[in-house]
Amino acid sequence: MSELSVIGQRVPRVDAKEKVTGQAKYAADYSLPDMLWCKLLRSPYPHARILNIDTSKAEKLPGVKGIVTGRDFGGWSWGWMPATRDETPLAVDKVRYMAEAVAGVAAVDEDTAEQAAGLIKVEYEELPGVFDPEEAMKDGAPKVHDYVKNNISVEYHWNFGDVDKAFAESHLVREDRFRTARATHGYLEPPAILAYYDPTGYITVWASKQSPYFHYRHLAACFKVPLSRVRVIQPFIGGGFGGTKNDSLGGDFCAVLLSKMTGRPVKYIESMEEELATSRRRHSIIVYSKMGVTKDGLLKAVQHRAVADGGGYTAIGPLSMYLTGFATTLPYHLPNFKYDAYRVFTNNPIGAAMRGHGITHTRFAAEIQMEMLAEELGIDPVEMRMRNAIDNPRPGEIYETINKVTLKTCGLKQAIKEAVKDPLWRDREKMPKKEGAISWGTGISGTSYSGGARQMGHQACAAIIRLCEDGTVNLITGATDCGQGSDTVLCMIAAEELGIKLDDVAIKRVDTAYTPVDPGSYGSRVTILAGQATQKAARQVKKQLVEVAAQNWQVKPEDIEIRLGEVSVKSDPEKKMPFGKLARIACYSGTGAVILGTGYSSYGIEYLDLTNGIGNGACSYSFTAHTARVGVDMETGKIITTDFTLASDCGRLLSPVQAEGQIEGGAVQGLGQALYEDFIMDRGRTLNPTFLDYKMPHALDVPDIKLIDIVTDDPFGPFGAKEASEGSIVSAPPAVVSAIHDATGIWFKELPVTPEKVIKALKERK
Amino acid sequence: MKEINLTVNNRPYRLAVPPRRTLLEIIREDLGLTGTKEGCGLGECGACTVLMDGQAINSCLVLAAEADGKEITTIEGLADGDKLHPIQQAFVDHGGLQCGFCTPGMIMSAKALLDKNPTPTEEEIKQGIAGNLCRCTGYTKIIESIKAAAENMGGK
Repeated sequence: MSELSVIGQRVPRVDAKEKVTGQAKYAADYSLPDMLWCKLLRSPYPHARILNIDTSKAEKLPGVKGIVTGRDFGGWSWGWMPATRDETPLAVDKVRYMAEAVAGVAAVDEDTAEQAAGLIKVEYEELPGVFDPEEAMKDGAPKVHDYVKNNISVEYHWNFGDVDKAFAESHLVREDRFRTARATHGYLEPPAILAYYDPTGYITVWASKQSPYFHYRHLAACFKVPLSRVRVIQPFIGGGFGGTKNDSLGGDFCAVLLSKMTGRPVKYIESMEEELATSRRRHSIIVYSKMGVTKDGLLKAVQHRAVADGGGYTAIGPLSMYLTGFATTLPYHLPNFKYDAYRVFTNNPIGAAMRGHGITHTRFAAEIQMEMLAEELGIDPVEMRMRNAIDNPRPGEIYETINKVTLKTCGLKQAIKEAVKDPLWRDREKMPKKEGAISWGTGISGTSYSGGARQMGHQACAAIIRLCEDGTVNLITGATDCGQGSDTVLCMIAAEELGIKLDDVAIKRVDTAYTPVDPGSYGSRVTILAGQATQKAARQVKKQLVEVAAQNWQVKPEDIEIRLGEVSVKSDPEKKMPFGKLARIACYSGTGAVILGTGYSSYGIEYLDLTNGIGNGACSYSFTAHTARVGVDMETGKIITTDFTLASDCGRLLSPVQAEGQIEGGAVQGLGQALYEDFIMDRGRTLNPTFLDYKMPHALDVPDIKLIDIVTDDPFGPFGAKEASEGSIVSAPPAVVSAIHDATGIWFKELPVTPEKVIKALKERK
Repeated sequence: MKEINLTVNNRPYRLAVPPRRTLLEIIREDLGLTGTKEGCGLGECGACTVLMDGQAINSCLVLAAEADGKEITTIEGLADGDKLHPIQQAFVDHGGLQCGFCTPGMIMSAKALLDKNPTPTEEEIKQGIAGNLCRCTGYTKIIESIKAAAENMGGK
């Protein structure tokens, strides 16, 4: 791959200058003349029947221009699958979680809209609520949806091999209960939308959506207009991480409907407090894990029973529970596997997707439990992982797990070897173990994540490249850069394939009126899928240009080379011209040709098998070996994290600066989930809906992070790339918990490991 | 309504402001300088950081009336025409940003820090941006960017 000239270079982001100067516009930065402001009224109860809504007082407030309630949407509902369309833009008959929206107001300014929302009188009949998923599954528990038995929202039972036989044959079997936290995305840009439903029947919105084509379809369906009349114009997105910005929200639908009713543009910005209290956060999942091993520590079987707090609606839950199970057979060779998944409705806010979606829960459980078994067997934790880790398949060969997940590359063993060579692990015995009240420890994890994720029937992913007559190009895709750096990567791919400079590629953000349809930014899919589409579109442009050059010089097309903006004839070094000149010849040659290239991705179009869990949920898989050093204050329980080393197999790094930023950012988000982040709930109420009380890592909390690249060239990714954004959020919690165990001798099975939990555990041990 | 006089990015303004309007609201809505962001609106995230008489402040917590007679610098006031301020340039060169939403506030905090302390240690840099949350970068490349900016600006 030595001949690559753009891919692999340490280049800045293509949008960096707009962002550091404050010129990048996010949804809330857009305004239109005559614009109204929307505010929502939210329920004060987690579970209640709506008996009556009286808007008369609010209507009389000067400045109020429109009010909508649930019934104004004509019974329309949406959801991730046709069978799970259980959510309405505003609650109609009943509210199912605290602060669910019940009415929307449009007024001349934000204060008036807020005041008017407060004047709406809603008569509720409070219903008994259910807040714990295991309680909600019991007979006689309050029903969140009347038609659903035992509040089961999603249920899967997968079985591979014979776990009972394998446990019977195991030398040692452990059963433990793990629990992951109610964590949230924590982006700093609250959801926002500016909507205009013009009198001719066209809807235009500027909305903070990381997957704008979901929203496009939702708006067309809700307002019963053809897709060609819905235009989602993509602003810059202030962070996504799944969940909320991957879906539509009550406020979005209200803004559009209020615009239709008033004939004026309507802007809605959620407050951060509303966002934190109602966000479609990561599911909190209880994982009952049973693991059996031979006396040499080889895995015989894993059985997981996962019970997820689904909250009031299904949202993306069917995919969450699929992802929580399908990759448990990675990254260690596992001959027998059973998975029983229950996503359960409760009267809590909705559980949904978040970076590291699904896999993070079961991998945390399995990783810790494997180390507990290693400890009991007296096997070193590194040795335990090396004995079980899947080998890197030889080129052309494919490793298949028992549930038919296929790997073309697997750099885990190499990653573990490199990580333990690093001084953080190698010299851990030489480092102080105890300094005053601080007890130090070092831990390790070895994990995997999927890249190029797929969804049910929503795969089309394309790119268009348009040549300009000066030799620059416009790259047009439906992909969204919500911060991860994909615009930069896609421009690099286009430049590499065309043989031009990165500066000569300009990428356009999504505008559903012009850009090709795309699933969105989730599941680490953009670089792999939109990357392949971009590669194909660029090759089509290049092919046309090469033909023009060949004709110009009267040589064969194979004899033409284009590299870094220079076009030349391989056999005759005298014959060369700048790319811009070739572009002009091609555009002006009199054929009338417009040079356009199009391409679409062919990766990952198999159907997801939700029912049986057989097959791939992604195109390729990243692998991470992660070591961590922590200090635990044995008097206060406070934990500091001083060092992380991550050896990551992300395939080939296309844009190293961007990939490193993703790995570092994911690791620190994972640190938050290991130590700090959890919504504290009291009967459906979120007690900490502010960044003061929902603690995310600050600059002072972050460790020194060292990265080691393990390069495997995966054949199912452009230039050998895999994913580089979610692996490190999965690897961090088990690495930190393993380090805490090294420091304290205690295994923590519930996240986050807060000072309170540490103190309690230390007391119980005495 | 109260009449206030203030300077924003070296330009004088005279505005009539309602008593409860914040400095952030006048910057974004009255002056149209949307580079300054509203994240939490409670002074916890730092996205709205601007300089007031050289001090980094959360503009969501300051009433417009309190800015009377003050000199305000926002992210739009840093670059010199097309030429980026060395801190902005360092963020570009060292990958100190991803989604970009915290970036204006982060850069303003860095500016306040380096104006007072041109040669900060890593710990002082972390202290200097402790009031600015970033969810994308994990801070590593932000800290590198500020270090590089300090060096490029002549601090050793």
